[in-house]
Order: sequence, then C-alpha cells, then structure tokens
Amino acid sequence: MAMKKVFALVDCNNFYASCERLFRPELNDKPIVVLSNNDGCVIARSNESKALGLKMGDPHFKIKDMLAKHKVHVFSSNYTLYGDLSHRVMTILQQMEPEVEVYSIDEAFISLPYTPGRSYSNYARYLKEKVRQCVGIPVAIGIGPTKTLAKVANRLAKKNAQYAGVFDITDHGQLDDLLANYDVEDVWGIGRQSAQKLKMRGILTARDLRDADDVWIRKRLTVTGLRTAMELRGIPCIPLELVQPGKKSIISSKSFGRPVSTLADMKEAVATYLSTAAEKLRGQGSAAGAVQVFISTNTFNPNQPQHVQSMMASLPSPSSFTPHLLKAALHCLESIFKPGYQYKKAGVMLVEIVPAHCQQINLFDLVSTENPELMQAVDRINQKWGSQTVQLAAAGLAKTWKMVRSHKSPAYTTNWSELPVVNAIS
Amino acid sequence: MMKYKLGSSISGVYGLVKKGKIPLPLFSCGVSAGFPSPADDYIGQQLDLNDLLIKNPAATFFVRVAGDSMTGVGINDNDILVVDRSLEPVHGKIIIAAINGELTVKRLVKTDTSCRLMAENPNYPPIEITEDLTCVAWGVVTSVIHQFC
Repeated sequence: MAMKKVFALVDCNNFYASCERLFRPELNDKPIVVLSNNDGCVIARSNESKALGLKMGDPHFKIKDMLAKHKVHVFSSNYTLYGDLSHRVMTILQQMEPEVEVYSIDEAFISLPYTPGRSYSNYARYLKEKVRQCVGIPVAIGIGPTKTLAKVANRLAKKNAQYAGVFDITDHGQLDDLLANYDVEDVWGIGRQSAQKLKMRGILTARDLRDADDVWIRKRLTVTGLRTAMELRGIPCIPLELVQPGKKSIISSKSFGRPVSTLADMKEAVATYLSTAAEKLRGQGSAAGAVQVFISTNTFNPNQPQHVQSMMASLPSPSSFTPHLLKAALHCLESIFKPGYQYKKAGVMLVEIVPAHCQQINLFDLVSTENPELMQAVDRINQKWGSQTVQLAAAGLAKTWKMVRSHKSPAYTTNWSELPVVNAIS
Repeated sequence: MMKYKLGSSISGVYGLVKKGKIPLPLFSCGVSAGFPSPADDYIGQQLDLNDLLIKNPAATFFVRVAGDSMTGVGINDNDILVVDRSLEPVHGKIIIAAINGELTVKRLVKTDTSCRLMAENPNYPPIEITEDLTCVAWGVVTSVIHQFC
C-alpha cells in the first residue's frame, strides 16, 4: 500500500517586492512597485501599494503622477537578485525536507508523509520562520491532501489575516463551506476560458466543480479538468515532479529601449539574444536542431507602419556551438528584415532540442568545426565575471538599443562591487 | 681435420610454451621520478576558503563596512563582513541590525534588564534599545575580510 501523503504549497509573499526590501529595511511598511522590462508596467506590488489601488499590469506612464503623489518606491526588475534569493529559499526548504518540487520562482510544493493527528500547522509555522530568518523573505504556507487543495489553502492563508500566513485545510472542519465560498476561476488549473464555460453551466464555486458530473467534466475540460475535480475531492492525481525536465524550446527576447531601424543594430540585438539562449542551451546539456528569429514593430501604436515576421532555419545537425547557431540566426534576420520600419522587439528561439550527446553525424559534416572547449571556457568566464564579459563581436559593445531599467537596485548578492553597505558611523 | 672445443656445452634445446599472464602491480600514484612519494599516504584535501568561512551558504550574505565604529575588533572601513542569518543573535555577538531602518554593525550586549548595541571604538556611544527605537536583528557577523592589496 502506497504511503499516504499530504502536500504543502510554500508561496513567497509579493516576491519581487519582498526581495527589494531585504537590503532596504526602511521600506518594510512602505508602498513599493516593481516594473517589467523597459520599465513598462507593474509586475509586483507590496501590500501598501495594493491598498492604494495599484493593479498588476498598470502601465508606468499612466500611474507616474499617482506614484509620486503617494511616495511609492519604484524599482526596475532585478532578476539577478530575485533568482539568487529564490534559489536560497528553495535550498533552505530542501535542507528541511527531502521531497521539494520547485514550481516557479517563488513557489514550491512539499510532499509530507501523512500521520493522523499530526499538526501540520505547527510544522508549517516552523518552516515559515526558518525561511524568514535565513533569507528574509516572508512566505505563506497552505496544506492539503492534494496539490490543488494545498493551493486553495495557500490562497486562504494569504487572504485571511487571522491565519497568520499558515492554513491547513485537512484540519478544517468546514471544508465544504470553504469550497463553497471559493470562486471556481481561482482554482489551480482553471483558466479564464474554462471558468466561463463552467459558469455558464452553473458551476460557480470550487464546491460546484468538485461535485459536478465526471463525464461532463471530461468532455468539456479534458482529462486535465477531471484531475482538478478529483483533486478537489481529496484524491491526489498530480504527482510531485522532483526532476525538472529540460526545456523543449529556449527563448531569448526583449523589447528595445528605443526603436531600431537599421540592420546593423538588429544584428547586434539578435546576436546578443542568441548568445544568451545558447548559454542556457549548454547549461542544460542540450543541442538545438533549428533556430527561429522573430522581429516586430510596436503593435500598440496603430499610427506607425507595422511589420511582424518570423523565420526558422534548420541546422545541418543539432548544435550548441554559438557561432553555428548565430550563422543560422543572422541568415533568418537578413531574410525578414525590412528597412523603413521602427522595430520595437526581436527574439530568438532555439527549437528541436535534443541531449547534446545525441547529435547525429551528418554526411557532409565529417570533420566537426565545433569547439565545445571554447564554449566551456566562455561560459565559465561569463559566470564568474558577469554575463557578456566575453561575447561575440557581432553582439556589439555599445548596444544603444538595450533595455531601459532606470530604477534597478544593485546586484547585492552577485557582484562584489555592489554589496550592500552597513553603517559603522554611529 | 679441425676439432672444435666448446667452452660450455648446450645441455638441451627446449621449445617455448605460452602458459598465462603474470599480473604486475600498477602504481596508483604517478611515478614521475620512478619512486613512490612518502607523502602518498597523507594526501589531504586542497584548502577552500568557502569551507572555512561559510557554514550555511543559503543563509550567508556579504556586506561592506562604511565607517570606523568597530575598529577595536579589527573591522575597518571598506572591509567585507561575512553575515550568517541562520545564527541566533545572542549576547556578545557582533551583529548586523536594522536600526530605524538602517543596516548597522554593532556588538549586542544583553542583560536581564537592558539591551544595548555597542560600538568598538571609544568615540562612539552605546545605543540603548528602547520602545521608540525600531531595532531588528538582520544577521550575525562570523568573520571579517580585510584586503591589504
């Protein structure tokens, strides 16, 4: 008989905002927002900002005055910092528990053995405090017999101050009432479109979905929807994934800080994005069989002439050697680029990804011109000294098209020259 | 007729019979000069500063010092401090504390009746932790790195 399990979902509170507060304790109760790439729109808010009515996705230019009026602290996204702090949170969890699935940058599922009568809340509070002490990031923990119910519990832990950030749904007498007051759209795995389908059928709450007819669910929401309903019933159907499968495609793309109209600048950008993607490719031990490049003007500006196009080129054999991938990428770019347009964004996608050792020998490629040792050396240097320390000449040095991030906080934990400073003057 | 006298006689001629292999010992260390090193039995690990200075990497942060209030214990302006958040800030420890929101390095002095943050430089007075002072422990300083060149 398989060991019965209980699931805990650990979710960091307002993660990016909390990261910005770690080395700025004076901001602990102040309104903060974090902006997306190119300082476009709001992607994170502290609770104080939420209270001011600021919403996810609010464009920065629209709320600038309001931010100044309420003295809201604005940060550009600092993914280097967020990635490092996320890794630390996950490491602390993994030190405490053997079965941790890192679900996203700020969420992890933990599988715990089921012991009747055990207070998971006490243990969860202990875990929560451990993360706060070691990494300074506040989290909420929800516990349930399935991942889906753990997610419900987590949301309730966050929304209700009386739970103090920890809620165990297995311990709660009125599970029925809780699910009856839980909007079906908020259930994990139910997106907006599915929720609309369900609401038209009179299924408005999690309880309604739980009690709905299996055959109907299977038909309208596929087997994935049925799994969700069963999980709501307390039957675990979604196992913990302890080993992250390698990515099936790798994208590197960003919007430009200023519009780009020359082929020379576009080539620089594509070369830079290609290098980043290739680094990730090698990092997961893979090779790519094809490269796709896409370019786009600003589709939000209808007054400008629009050009959006992409092209894919296959490689003679799968490769992780940047110069070969670049050749294919630049070939695509030269084929689709049109002069006279103000391009706003470009991107590179590496597809047909296979494990590096599976590269087949190509009839016309008997002598490999690849140089894996060169790539290894470049990757090591860039890891040590910062990304793009060694880069392709094609990627350009000036990079005048680069992303605008005027409010970025320092790389506190990854750069010796940007360490946080402590006062020894008082 | 010439007679040849042989100095030694050939007692017999035998054919060679190949029977099997005789394994020879292979030296597990490099034999560059042709002799085993007396140090072979005592090989230790190479020294790594991370092992010495960082016990819990996920909870360890580096910070830079600005000022001279802690020179008495060898913490100078521009030094780097190794800070471990997983250690308990107890009496006698040098800690990083957020005093009114500002990260500061001090020694923690706790008695039954009072709680103080002391400098290690006679030019700086102790800070008494009272009701109106928000003071939150940020981490414990485990070592200081001072680079001469």
